[in-house]
Amino acid sequence: MYGYLNIKYLIQIIMLKLFKNFTKKDYLLILISLLLIVFQVWLDLKIPDYMSEITKLVQTEGSQMSDILYQGGFMLLCAFGSLVSAIIVCYLTSLISASFSLNLRKNLFEKVENFSMQEIKKFSTSSLITRTTNDITNIQMFISMGMQLIIKAPITAIWAVFKILNKSWQWSAITGVAVLILLSCVITLMVIVLPRFKKVQKLIDNINKLTRENLTGIRVIRAFNAEKYQESKFEEGNDALTNTQTFNQKAMASLSPVIYLIMNTLTLSIYFVGSHLIDSASMMDKLPIFSNMVVFSSYAMQVIMSFLMLAMIFIMYPRAQVSADRIAEVLNTNSTIKDGNIDKDTTNKKGELEFRNVSFKYPDGDEYILKNISFTAKKGETVAIIGSTGSGKTTLVNLIPRFYDVTDGQVLVDGIDVKEYKQDFLHNKLGYVPQKAIMFSGSVNYNVTYGDNGKAEISKEKIKKAIEIAQAQDFVEKMPKAYESHIAQGGTNISGGQKQRLAIARAIARDPEIYIFDDSFSALDYKTDYTLREELKKYTKDSTNIIVAQRIGTILTADKIIVLEHGECVGIGTHKELLKNCKVYQEIAYSQLSKEELENG
Amino acid sequence: MDNDEDYKKKQQHGFGPNRVAEKPKNFKAAIIKLIRYLNKFLPLIIVALILSSFASILEIIGPNRLRDLTNKKKKGLMTNMNFDAINSIALFLFIIYLISALFDFLQGIIMAIVANKFAQKMRTKISEKINKLPLRYFDTHSYGDLLSRVTNDVDTIAISLSQSLGSLVGATTLFISSIIMMFYTNWILAITGITSSLLGFIAMFIIMNKSQKYFNARQIELGKLNGHIEEIYSNHNVVKAYNGGKEASSKFDELNQSVFECNKKSRFLSGLNQPIMNFIGNFSYVSVCVVGALLTMNNSITFGVIVAFMLYIRLFTGPLSQIAQGMTNLQTAAASSERVFEFLEESEMEEEKNITKHLDVDKVEGNVCFDHIKFSYDGEKNVIKDFSCDVQKGQKIAIVGPTGAGKTTMVNLLMKFYDIKDGDIKIDGVSTKELSRENIHDLFIMVLQDTWLFNGTVRDNIRYNKENITDEQIMEACKTVGIDKFVKSLPGGLDYVLTGSDSVSAGQKQLLTIARGMIKNAPFLILDEATSSVDTRTEELVQKAMDKLTEGRTSFIIAHRLSTIKNADIILVMNEGNIIEQGNHEELMAKNGFYADLYNSQFKK
Repeated sequence: MYGYLNIKYLIQIIMLKLFKNFTKKDYLLILISLLLIVFQVWLDLKIPDYMSEITKLVQTEGSQMSDILYQGGFMLLCAFGSLVSAIIVCYLTSLISASFSLNLRKNLFEKVENFSMQEIKKFSTSSLITRTTNDITNIQMFISMGMQLIIKAPITAIWAVFKILNKSWQWSAITGVAVLILLSCVITLMVIVLPRFKKVQKLIDNINKLTRENLTGIRVIRAFNAEKYQESKFEEGNDALTNTQTFNQKAMASLSPVIYLIMNTLTLSIYFVGSHLIDSASMMDKLPIFSNMVVFSSYAMQVIMSFLMLAMIFIMYPRAQVSADRIAEVLNTNSTIKDGNIDKDTTNKKGELEFRNVSFKYPDGDEYILKNISFTAKKGETVAIIGSTGSGKTTLVNLIPRFYDVTDGQVLVDGIDVKEYKQDFLHNKLGYVPQKAIMFSGSVNYNVTYGDNGKAEISKEKIKKAIEIAQAQDFVEKMPKAYESHIAQGGTNISGGQKQRLAIARAIARDPEIYIFDDSFSALDYKTDYTLREELKKYTKDSTNIIVAQRIGTILTADKIIVLEHGECVGIGTHKELLKNCKVYQEIAYSQLSKEELENG
Repeated sequence: MDNDEDYKKKQQHGFGPNRVAEKPKNFKAAIIKLIRYLNKFLPLIIVALILSSFASILEIIGPNRLRDLTNKKKKGLMTNMNFDAINSIALFLFIIYLISALFDFLQGIIMAIVANKFAQKMRTKISEKINKLPLRYFDTHSYGDLLSRVTNDVDTIAISLSQSLGSLVGATTLFISSIIMMFYTNWILAITGITSSLLGFIAMFIIMNKSQKYFNARQIELGKLNGHIEEIYSNHNVVKAYNGGKEASSKFDELNQSVFECNKKSRFLSGLNQPIMNFIGNFSYVSVCVVGALLTMNNSITFGVIVAFMLYIRLFTGPLSQIAQGMTNLQTAAASSERVFEFLEESEMEEEKNITKHLDVDKVEGNVCFDHIKFSYDGEKNVIKDFSCDVQKGQKIAIVGPTGAGKTTMVNLLMKFYDIKDGDIKIDGVSTKELSRENIHDLFIMVLQDTWLFNGTVRDNIRYNKENITDEQIMEACKTVGIDKFVKSLPGGLDYVLTGSDSVSAGQKQLLTIARGMIKNAPFLILDEATSSVDTRTEELVQKAMDKLTEGRTSFIIAHRLSTIKNADIILVMNEGNIIEQGNHEELMAKNGFYADLYNSQFKK
């Protein structure tokens, strides 16, 4: 697909969109490396001249040793100069490519940090991760390997060709033919192999998928005695991978013998043709032709190598291009959420949350996820939101911290539209606990005090209190280092219920005006769920609670329950009121509790 | 002089970044094991290696003949060329080059086949091994680690085998035979050439060691950085809502900076190899020329010797970096194979001895007796302490308790996923110790909470490994669980391919797995009721389907809903891994213990 080269595209993507990450200093360094590379090529190509002088001297009877040493000395000087400038160039390109990826990675990271959910959703989290990690590595590799090659290979090739041209057309022709054969071999091979390389990646993913399937379903597989069934499925994938992989490697196995054969044959041909040239030359010209021949074969190798390098660049290029493209796409996306400028409290409606005719749809979607929702939660009130999956509960609470912005209507916190707040200031008013409890790698303390609440640092007592309220004290204190115990990334070393409790403790430690619990009690058993909410209520008399829930038991005592169905509010009221007059609520309730239990409640 | 060796080196890298050489714990042991696993392929490998050596030896003949060619020409400088001789030498050389290339090519082909066949075999072994390991293993190991063994590690071994081994042997042969040929041709020049290269080699080895260190460091730092990026990106909502951005940025900067440092150093050092090699080449060239000239002037050697030596020097200096690279790759391969073998050698499920009985699915009554069961996961702490219970056919047993109470332990024991040390479970009076795992599995339908569906058609997912199931039977099962309309509505119906995340909701997935259970038809049922959020209507369907499934079967239900619990014949109340109360709802409520507490807690005002 992108096997062919589109220079314009390359320049457009890499140069304009990414190279603007280069600083002035970088450009200076690039210029210096460029000059040094030219210098190096000049020296490298000077070496065969000295070689030819030495060859001539060695062959001429009665040459002085001092002459040979003189020429040899110059040749070594050139070689040494070339070495030194190569080292400097190497240092500079390492520096440039490393700092390039340093800056690019930073720009990308900060860009993504400022994205709203909308952009994150557009790209998907895992894709953003690969873009910030693998794609940058790919580009860095291309730059650090490519920069030297891109500059050096063409210069060497052209320069060496010019040096060759005036020696003998026969030799030049042979070299030209060799280059042509070589390039066509390499290109043919790449055309055959490259698409298959991409296929291999897919097949590897497939093997991964099959293994994962096998692992996640291990209990089911065993219960069904389906081991053989799974194995035969795996074998299919395994065969496909092996076949493609074998084909590729067989094809690649031909590359190096072909290159060597061509190079050896070229040297041989130059010598062979050389002997005829010498034979037909006049006595006087014989010796110069002979030494020219030695030099020429050396130049010819340089030419061949340069063309090989160029071929390498073209092979590496498509991958870098895809990566550059993917990175540029992120860099060119701007967050749809614009920061407001209120960072002080100006009203006396502290702790009040109001939804005013709020409707929401995704910018790329046709259907409204939320339609005309209005309600108010006063200070100290608990408002619950219930409804079936896909009814828009999570979307609704996501509008409060501005993960998304409303399509129509307004969300007001403390009587002010959330869009007018500075985001940091708005977030400090909120204690948000997401559906999926999130843990960071770090201690329990770190996880509970995570972030910045715009107030003083959270004290040890406060952490302890928050953990106690969240019913997490028992297990935290049982952990090897208690509050200093390490939580693994993603909280893989604690259970789902424990994660939820710590996530809740994190919100409590923040002392927010408004709590948002997005189905945050689901992994807790009834008893813990109940005690936690009781304790929380005692502690946060003045805070407003917004609770999204699945379980009726969790929301029985709410001041206000909002029933959502397909994004519309089909009922607002207390449990008792809704039980009488809201059909959707009744359905939900009866599916979970028996009539008598509900009436007792 | 020129940098063809470099090209070869890059090829080995497969255009990729310099791979980090991971050090195996025990290189020798790993290699010996690798050889043992390779046994079937060894003859082929040996053939390939011999071919590779031959190719190198043929290459070394080249310069020797080139010397003759030059000498013939040199003579021709003064008199007329002896074209017959020149032609025959040229032809001879060409044939040599051709054969050498052919051998090299054959070697590559053989190794590619061997390496991939071997990789295939390893993958199969791993996949089969997964099914032979006790469940205990998976409860204590992460998937990610295992997955990387199947793909990355096996791949690394295959690539090292196909690319490094051949070139390592070839390069070594080339290296040794070029030394021999140099001494054979002229010992003074040989010593000159070798000494002048030696200095460069030493420098190169020091650099390679150093750069390896930085590559390792870079890999570690990069791992940390990527971990941080992953954490922040995937927890974006909390980072935002808790204003963790600034902190995340400063940590990022710190990590990014250390990656930069390592990057810079490792790139720089590894980039030095090529210029140094070039310099060594040139330096040796001049040395050989100067010494050679001295010798020619003394008439102790011909000019052709010098020409030959120039090529010998190239052949001599070239392979060294290849050898070093090959060794590094071999090390990486050893480290990878260590990990793969470690997995393959994990102790498997105990061989089933004393399997004397067999229960026929169609004839089983459905009585289960738990007889003084004691069980522990780690051999120290007894999770289940002396549990006894008689279950009559057709009864419903509800297992309840808070999260993490060990409800799955019961499943593990019933299904013989774990072996019981003390006590016994009897099915229709037959000890499960006398029954094979396979036999027991046949007696149970198991529907778990984490709905396991695989990438495949709806038909395959429901039918699963059961043969001779018609589409009518499948639709019948779908109808029973009430998902027939949904299945029909899918594009292609039963042929619809389920993929990871698509239009099938959690509830519908649950129903599909229940349908799968329906097809199986066995006297016992293990059911894990979903706590996960499904919408109300689907939930009702699921409930009905589950009830259907329990009809006429002895059912063990990990219960979350009160209706199930209240209707159960026996309720097993678990806490902290142990069964602390048992009885029916009324009995347990009367007891006013843990269960009563648990039950009441959710309706308290």
